[in-house]
Amino acid sequence: MKDRVRDQQPRRRVRSRAPWQLVVLGSIGAAVFVLPLVGLATRTPWSRLVELVSSDIVVDALKLSVTTSLIAALICLIVGVPLAWLLARTEFPGRRVLRSIVTLPMVLPPVVGGAALLFALGRRGVVGEPLNEATGFLLPFSMWGVVVANVFVAMPFLVVTVEGALNNLNARYEVAAATLGASRLTVFRRVTLPMIAPSLRAGLVLAWARALGEFGATITFAGNLQGRTQTLPIAVFVALESDRDTAVAISLVLVVVSLVVLMVLRDRWWSRT
Amino acid sequence: MTGLDAHLVTARGDDFTLDIQLSIAPGETLALLGPNGAGKSTTVDALAGIVPLRAGHLKLAGRSLDVPAQDHFSPPEDRSIGVVFQDYLLFDHLSVLENVMFGPLASGLRKQTARTVAGRWVKALDLGALAHRRAGQLSGGQAQRVALARALATEPDLLLLDEALAALDVRTRSELRQVLSRHLADFDGPRLLITHDPTDAFLLADRIAVLEGGRIIQVGSSEDIRRRPATPYVAALAGTNLLRGMNSNGSLSLDDYAHRLQTANTSVKGPVLITIHPTAIALHPTQPSGSPRNSWRTTVATVEPLGDTTRITLADPLALGVDITPAATAALKLSPGTPIWASIKATEIAVSPAAE
Repeated sequence: MKDRVRDQQPRRRVRSRAPWQLVVLGSIGAAVFVLPLVGLATRTPWSRLVELVSSDIVVDALKLSVTTSLIAALICLIVGVPLAWLLARTEFPGRRVLRSIVTLPMVLPPVVGGAALLFALGRRGVVGEPLNEATGFLLPFSMWGVVVANVFVAMPFLVVTVEGALNNLNARYEVAAATLGASRLTVFRRVTLPMIAPSLRAGLVLAWARALGEFGATITFAGNLQGRTQTLPIAVFVALESDRDTAVAISLVLVVVSLVVLMVLRDRWWSRT
Repeated sequence: MTGLDAHLVTARGDDFTLDIQLSIAPGETLALLGPNGAGKSTTVDALAGIVPLRAGHLKLAGRSLDVPAQDHFSPPEDRSIGVVFQDYLLFDHLSVLENVMFGPLASGLRKQTARTVAGRWVKALDLGALAHRRAGQLSGGQAQRVALARALATEPDLLLLDEALAALDVRTRSELRQVLSRHLADFDGPRLLITHDPTDAFLLADRIAVLEGGRIIQVGSSEDIRRRPATPYVAALAGTNLLRGMNSNGSLSLDDYAHRLQTANTSVKGPVLITIHPTAIALHPTQPSGSPRNSWRTTVATVEPLGDTTRITLADPLALGVDITPAATAALKLSPGTPIWASIKATEIAVSPAAE
């Protein structure tokens, strides 16, 4: 009896309709992102894809990109979080200027950043020259040059995200922890960090994604040596000149890797921020 | 002097200065009672070390914590002051047990020892069943007990309760007042109860200091404050009716009056302190309809304007103070000798165990 009632009266779905103006404008916005992907898909040489993607150039570039971007993200985490804490929690002269300088790489053309890195850390750079004379170590044209360029462009994303979270965190939790006898370092480790964990993860993903896609500063500072400094984006740029099919294949690899990571992380982490 | 000995002088903003003397003996509960803006949170900040003193001194258990004249200042983590905050500030990412373990761990105890110490406090405050629950999933009353356990587990030299009951609803408040009163008695250091609620002060404290405009305007027992209020503000604040009696199953027999009252609180038995807020008593020209469990016929003894309200005192059978609006006074045509009916809801009669 009860079941029959349920059959006769299916659950109603009430949906409010979106205003058509918003639908039209929003669709144009979405097309900006979707169309390039369609373009890429139409030019993809699907039958030769596996062969192209497994070529030495691509495999070398993929390995280098993944390695350097992960190392860069780790460095961003280790030094970027303390930097964000200093900016958010302490007073010192020049703090406002420093905050602007930290965010500069977000607006600066990466090529300019790469050039600046060269003048600082290159063979004739203010730090690079004495470093080279003392140890023989040279950042440009090495994998570590790629890492430095990645850190330079990616860390602002982590610092800005974490500093914002620190400013939004109720500082009275830190006070409560202090009255329980915890030193400032303990408070930072056991209260502050866990409480901003969602923002920390989001900032880390943003920084890693930025490092993976980095091109301008890397090619300027670290150069373009296959297997040592030629990352995926640089490989795409080079291949566009000579071998379009390879360029398209590498691009597709980048798109798929990024999309999968973003979709997995967004569901698990970002929804909680 | 092993208790608290403080002369707190500090400022907030441009136009507020705090200048108060506090001394609390071990085992004594002092209530600092004052309205919003009187300087209660500045006092908490100065004691906890969030705001430095500008003059005066702060000494606790024989240690100097803040003495500007000697340029001495101990940071919050070195003060050994256990604070129960108004909004508790439990760490939501930790379990109840981990919250209580926080202090012992911070003091350098090993994890296993800290767990044992915290476990004792969790048990003492009847939180055993909640030990592994996340702190964010607790009710207000449970959170308050966790905050108390967390503060006590550090074995502080001073227990500071900052509006510890303010965030709770009426019924939970009266339950937790009993929990607090029991655990305050177990803590043998000095205790400072900061509150805007005279009921909390009367029921939990041995001595009351009334704070207004950054100064202490009166110190004394609840009897002193109620009998000889120093200012009209104290008179209004201390207008809370305080009675002694015995509670058996919600029926209250009073020490000084033959009249009986009914309270909704049946859990506190035996000798009790009874408080009735003067705005909780309603006056009616005729017998009130419905059935308030406490209603009786009486006459007006005195009528006295008191700022925005009028203070009425009632004659036999119960000398109680009642605060009503001047408009109501006029509408009821109240003057000394006017016959009147009084009523109080059973839920508005707060009781707590009487100190022996």
